[in-house]
Amino acid sequence: MVKEIICTVCPRGCHITVEGDNGKVNSVKGEGCKRGLDYATAEFIAPVRILTTLVKINGKENELLPVRSNKPLLKEKLFDCMAEIKKVSVNLPVKMHDVIVKDICGTGVDIVATKSLN
Amino acid sequence: MYNIKCDVAIVGGGPAGLAAAVSAKENGAEKVLIIERDSSLGGILQQCIHPGFGLTRFKEELTGPEYYSRFTAKTDELGVEYLLNSMVLEVDSENKQVICTNSEYGLTTVSAKSIVLAMGCRERTRANIVVPGTRPAGLYTAGSAQRLINRQNIMVGKKVVILGSGDIGMIMARRMTLEGAKVVMVVELMDYLAGLTRNRVQCLDDFGIPLKLAHTITAIEGKERVSGVKIAPVDENKKPIKEKEEFVECDTVLFSVGLIPENELTKKAGIEINRVTNGPTVDQYMQTTAPGIFACGNVVHVNDLVDNVSKESEVAGKYAAEYALGTLTKTVKEVAVQVGRNVRYLCPHKLNIGDKEQKVTLYFRVLFPENNVVLRALDGDKKIAKKKELRVNPGEMCSITVDALKITSNAITVEVVKEA
Repeated sequence: MVKEIICTVCPRGCHITVEGDNGKVNSVKGEGCKRGLDYATAEFIAPVRILTTLVKINGKENELLPVRSNKPLLKEKLFDCMAEIKKVSVNLPVKMHDVIVKDICGTGVDIVATKSLN
Repeated sequence: MYNIKCDVAIVGGGPAGLAAAVSAKENGAEKVLIIERDSSLGGILQQCIHPGFGLTRFKEELTGPEYYSRFTAKTDELGVEYLLNSMVLEVDSENKQVICTNSEYGLTTVSAKSIVLAMGCRERTRANIVVPGTRPAGLYTAGSAQRLINRQNIMVGKKVVILGSGDIGMIMARRMTLEGAKVVMVVELMDYLAGLTRNRVQCLDDFGIPLKLAHTITAIEGKERVSGVKIAPVDENKKPIKEKEEFVECDTVLFSVGLIPENELTKKAGIEINRVTNGPTVDQYMQTTAPGIFACGNVVHVNDLVDNVSKESEVAGKYAAEYALGTLTKTVKEVAVQVGRNVRYLCPHKLNIGDKEQKVTLYFRVLFPENNVVLRALDGDKKIAKKKELRVNPGEMCSITVDALKITSNAITVEVVKEA
């Protein structure tokens, strides 16, 4: 399998070509530096992203609580996690970095508040 | 009329105003007052729930609310005062007064020793870029859609076309996709991305959202609600190629087509406005052409990263405090700051050099993308600063630092040149 990856480590945005199979990298071409090589390798094997979204607040129609994953999540899990978060609603007060969903979808990652609300 | 006295009055409680307030306090100003029209502090960051803030300043990836909370924690700790729900009507640069309406006190006059303008910017709209077609429901600027979705819990549409590849547009493409909408495409007039590469990867490519470079919307269709748009590729003069026009079905169009510094108050105060940035002309203290009136953040020039806004606003806050205390260094020489090859504009626009040692960082944007270049500052013909960059592009700001006391001529020029 060959994947074209745009490096996001620095503004240069190198187009890196990674070739490999089943999570194993055989060759990397087009990287501008060592950091780019590491980024492309990680992106090829298992891309991860920070998820941010909003959670409903009980008793409030026009206000939502901003939340994030406290660690990056596997990219392929983002929509499953969104579906789980949509089921949740919280009671106030909430403090910044309070855990809103623990171990979301069995990933070992917590969804936490990014704002304190009274 | 209700009257308030303070040392430093700050117009705007977004990231620029907050950083200026903290810095003014830390540099000796006793009473610092932020005047904010919204019901809470934080400005636009309140609706920027996505990560990506603070990478240069805090070396970690924060969301908007996390970023501004670090500053509001500081303003609380230092005892910065604020007036919320207050719309500023006028800044009187001669008498150093800010006139505002407050929901509790009514018409209010704030008298200060120095004033910091930190009003930020607003979005360009469909009207600014003149897109032909009907006027149905379903047309939003990317930022107003962001506010509706993230702060007011109102979803704006199901099938979306985004015009402009600015960062807010791309961020909204991801946001709406995560919320279950279908983002059909992002259409960009230029043949390169307007925003950050990182956002293209994480907001568009991750979700398979097509980016149509060198394309534009030629018509908006629909009677009650948007039914679709016509798009067409553009030629080298940015004119749409009509024969290649095609119809794209959608119920919502978001415009992410640039930002304009919000300077009605500045203009009314008789402060000089720079033609390229549309913000006040400032020196290295971030002081405008009106003595004692400072400005910082997106009201001066639209920044790429909030980290840069904070840094620049700390400069404004520091010198606004010094002005209020009467300790600001007297100018002995004026130096013009000029744009050279591949530089669109520079900030600050001029230097008022005193007799004290001062390192001045000049921020700028390039006109077109380039690889392997050298950024140079010239004092007359003499090189006084030099910096290598692997890549520059108009979406990301560059900077170069010079030693103010070492400047011998009356003008310095910043240029981007190909590596020798």
